[in-house]
Amino acid sequence: MSAIVEEHSNHGTPKGLQRWLFTTNHKDIGTLYLLFSLTMFLIGGAMAMVIRAELFQPGLQLVDPHFFNQMTTVHGLIMVFGAVMPAFTGLANWMIPMMIGAPDMALPRMNNWSFWILPFAFAILLMSLFLEGGGPAFGWTFYAPLSTTYSNDNTAFFVFSVHIMGISSIMGAINVIVTIVNLRAPGMTWMKLPLFVWTWLITAFLLIAVMPVLAGAVTMVLTDKFFGTSFFDAAGGGDPVMFQHIFWFFGHPEVYIMILPAFGIISTIVPTFSRKKLFGYASMVYATASIALLSFVVWAHHMFTTGMPLAGELFFMYATMLISVPTGVKVFNWVATMWRGAISFEVPMLFSIAFIVLFTIGGFSGLMLAITPADFQYHDTYFVVAHFHYVLVTGAVFSIMAAAYYWLPKWTGNMFDIKLAKLHFWLSLVSVNVLFFPMHFVGLAGMPRRIPDYALQFADFNAIISIGGFAFGLSQLLFVAVVYKCAKGGEQVPGKVWDGAEGLEWEVPSPAPYHTFSTPPEVK
Amino acid sequence: MQHGRLLRKLLLLTLGMFAFAFALVPLYDVFCDVTGLNGKPSMKVAEQSEAIIDSRQVEVSFTTHSQGHAPFKVDAAQHFVSVQPGKLTDVKFIAKNISDSDRILQAIPSVSPGKAAKYLHKMACFCFDQQPMKGKEEVEFVLRFYVDTELPDDVEELTLSYTLFDITERVSQTQNVQLGQLVALKEF
Amino acid sequence: MKICRLVVAFVTVLIVMPSLANSDYNMRQGVTDISHQVYELHMTIFLICCVIGVIVFGVMFWALLKHRKSTGAVAAQFHESTKVEILWTTIPFLILIGMAIPATKTLIAMEDTSKADLTIKVTGSQWKWHYEYMGHDVEFYSLLSTPRDEINDLQDKNDNYLLEVDNHLVIPTDRKVRFLMTSNDVIHSWWVPDFAVKKDANPGFINEAWTKVNEEGIYRGQCAELCGKDHGFMPVVVEAVSPENFEVWLDDAKAAKAKAAAESQAVAEQILSKEELMEVGEQTYMAYCAACHQPTGLGLPGVFPAMKGSEIVIGDLKPHIDILLLGRPGTAMQAFAKQLTIKQIAGVITYKRNSWGNDTGEVIQPSQIQQEIDALEEAK
Repeated sequence: MSAIVEEHSNHGTPKGLQRWLFTTNHKDIGTLYLLFSLTMFLIGGAMAMVIRAELFQPGLQLVDPHFFNQMTTVHGLIMVFGAVMPAFTGLANWMIPMMIGAPDMALPRMNNWSFWILPFAFAILLMSLFLEGGGPAFGWTFYAPLSTTYSNDNTAFFVFSVHIMGISSIMGAINVIVTIVNLRAPGMTWMKLPLFVWTWLITAFLLIAVMPVLAGAVTMVLTDKFFGTSFFDAAGGGDPVMFQHIFWFFGHPEVYIMILPAFGIISTIVPTFSRKKLFGYASMVYATASIALLSFVVWAHHMFTTGMPLAGELFFMYATMLISVPTGVKVFNWVATMWRGAISFEVPMLFSIAFIVLFTIGGFSGLMLAITPADFQYHDTYFVVAHFHYVLVTGAVFSIMAAAYYWLPKWTGNMFDIKLAKLHFWLSLVSVNVLFFPMHFVGLAGMPRRIPDYALQFADFNAIISIGGFAFGLSQLLFVAVVYKCAKGGEQVPGKVWDGAEGLEWEVPSPAPYHTFSTPPEVK
Repeated sequence: MQHGRLLRKLLLLTLGMFAFAFALVPLYDVFCDVTGLNGKPSMKVAEQSEAIIDSRQVEVSFTTHSQGHAPFKVDAAQHFVSVQPGKLTDVKFIAKNISDSDRILQAIPSVSPGKAAKYLHKMACFCFDQQPMKGKEEVEFVLRFYVDTELPDDVEELTLSYTLFDITERVSQTQNVQLGQLVALKEF
Repeated sequence: MKICRLVVAFVTVLIVMPSLANSDYNMRQGVTDISHQVYELHMTIFLICCVIGVIVFGVMFWALLKHRKSTGAVAAQFHESTKVEILWTTIPFLILIGMAIPATKTLIAMEDTSKADLTIKVTGSQWKWHYEYMGHDVEFYSLLSTPRDEINDLQDKNDNYLLEVDNHLVIPTDRKVRFLMTSNDVIHSWWVPDFAVKKDANPGFINEAWTKVNEEGIYRGQCAELCGKDHGFMPVVVEAVSPENFEVWLDDAKAAKAKAAAESQAVAEQILSKEELMEVGEQTYMAYCAACHQPTGLGLPGVFPAMKGSEIVIGDLKPHIDILLLGRPGTAMQAFAKQLTIKQIAGVITYKRNSWGNDTGEVIQPSQIQQEIDALEEAK
């Protein structure tokens, strides 16, 4: 990709490593974020392969349970903070200025910082795996006191690493907000903003609201472990359940941080390939905002089994169920957008259709999980694992794939290898379902999550799941191949790559010049 | 720069939310006191009840648990008592330090069902204070409590559990932090 | 067309699933009134989701099929309709209310705080359960009994692999049994799917749950909250017997406890051979110690200390006995004074001091353990 972009960087920008290290260009930083995210996706994926290999058959074969726990923990952390969130930030960096007609992000130097601290955060996290005693092994949710009194001293590295990730996300979010608020082109009123920009604006506010809370939670873990405080220790008047309240006060909005930009992407792609305006633009905006607001009052649905008063259980059950209303509105709007359109099935559209179906399945299992009495049975089983992987893999990750295929020609100026991309799609679609669908069954049949070995009745399904997992993992290498080939060359594309596409980003040539909209366009 | 003001506001919001995470700690305790969330009973000396309901009997049972390595043995003289709401009851607890060395005991009360927590009022409890105990010492503690007359009718029995912690090391290492926490706790 | 076929396949799976009730594919109906209600609730909501899914995806795939550009479809111009949007906001809302009503009813039934016939205190610790029949002076630990060789694939796995324990929790049928949950270290979660009971055991706090089992039988569950290394190896096994048999069992358990006390008295007076102590010691070590310190005695560097060459193990005897009896503050090392018999403790100490190259040659007799316990217990 770099070679192509460089042709247009004729303003005395440094070449080679220095260019990337000191860049303040939103396109460069976007590229860095996306490549970083892809790397983390592969590393986190490799850990998932270790997990699935160990679970391929009952008994302990490959890794010991302590290492297994490190794998589940670090897989979760990397996928959430290293793969999905940076991918969305990368897309925001690349696309938001181009979509709103801005020359760059509002705070370019901070932009450089917010990216370049990320590799350090993950280097620290990954390094801790190789220290004596190993890395974090208490799950990505790091419940106290497992992560405090009962963890090893390497927990300090985990805390430090999460702090840096948090700072990076917050800086990224601030940049997005300032850019959207201050740098919209003349005539780009709020209700003319592309939905991707809208969803990112709301996501950025969520980030600013909850990432500091996560920082608070890890700080408390750190002081409890090393400095004798007792926030989560009953002996000193603390309460381990309070940790869960604080964590999930961050954790639930975090879930929406990982899905709202996906909604924005799907709302951009579906109209393009249906050749029809997005149905219910205003209701999409309101639905996104109401999902974001509701996300602050549902956190305790992750903790129904901790022992809560009836009134609490009922409140959190009702509030959670309510979220399915605005989410439903979004799905209905996408379907209505396709209805009586002139639909074609380019690769981004294929991923978007898969997203709508599979994300909705994740939504259904989410609704089932909201029902408190039933949640007592589902909680902490593979049913939950199936649920959040449907939402995050076939949801967030598929939307990122869709976005990558949608804008890759704009970024590189070349059309990607369509055959290979379609192969990637179909292999991913089939394998991802072989991977995650049977998890519903083993979960309902009673298999707890985060266990390295299981009872014999779960053996058949686990073998199938593992095969699906290996297939899905290998299929992603095709994506790497497609991206690499596309960056190297391919059929040249015009400025408006897709005939049905709308928006300012299609009014600049492909590949997008290093500097775009130095003079703001006029939006009618 | 035009972005300065917005940037400042956003940074302030970030700092505010970081502070909010810590504000959640006292907020949580208040919330627990009000709703009886998590069976966390009050650590305050209660006022005496003004009324007694003769027609109702509630069974209150007691249990203790030495956490981890804590070298204490504390047993209630009675496994359970049947009480009338509002009526003061004394229950004796025999506490022993089974180790050779001087230890400090901190008992943390917890009530189940959780919703009954705010209806169990303690007028005297060894859990209100840290209890230094000499090696091999045996002490008798008295718990004086009553069950609120407002206790919901569907609660027919409740359990008061004490988790016994050995906080000797904590107190000596981090006296200030420790006491600060306990004081803060009692103030609610 | 590919997509179309895929939808058909999906829908088939979704429709076939309910017919597989009570199989390895679906939630268990269980053996209590509550678990039946939960099952019904689960199936109702599942079916509602399926119907919504079929309708929404049906419409979508119809559009994908009929409104394709390749068949010459021309895009319509509409892009909003307040009427439709209000409709598809209100209808889901009404469906949700329909779901919330039975859910609320079941939840209220679960939160029953009437008086129970029997209260059992359940204490989780890394990685076993402890049960105490409150007011009956019966208590015991319950540990995974699956042989290590089965876990390590050295031996064929039996049917109850990882779901079997040495001591079952025995409860009466047709009686309300109340469980009080707490933990000795990290958070655990006590789960028996057939009762629809899953409750967290939080250190320093008690939680409660209850059940009333309708059928006699053995019901198996597992710890559901990640609690460290051997989270996957602490099953729950509950045996429900008739109330009459339960009384008999309870009396037997009390008698057994008295007998064990007498035996321990007798053992304290015996001199056991090194071979016998080593044998008892190896069994005990594998059951209670090997999870952390490893069968090789090498521990896990940085997490669990090695026994081989350990200063405590090859050093003075008293600190070694004390650490076993009292545990070590702030670590996973528990106090084993109440968990093991003096014979087991004597055996395991002998074993550790004479294995993996530790060659103190010492033989520790149960009487020495008893002396140390007496010294610790002696009040004033």
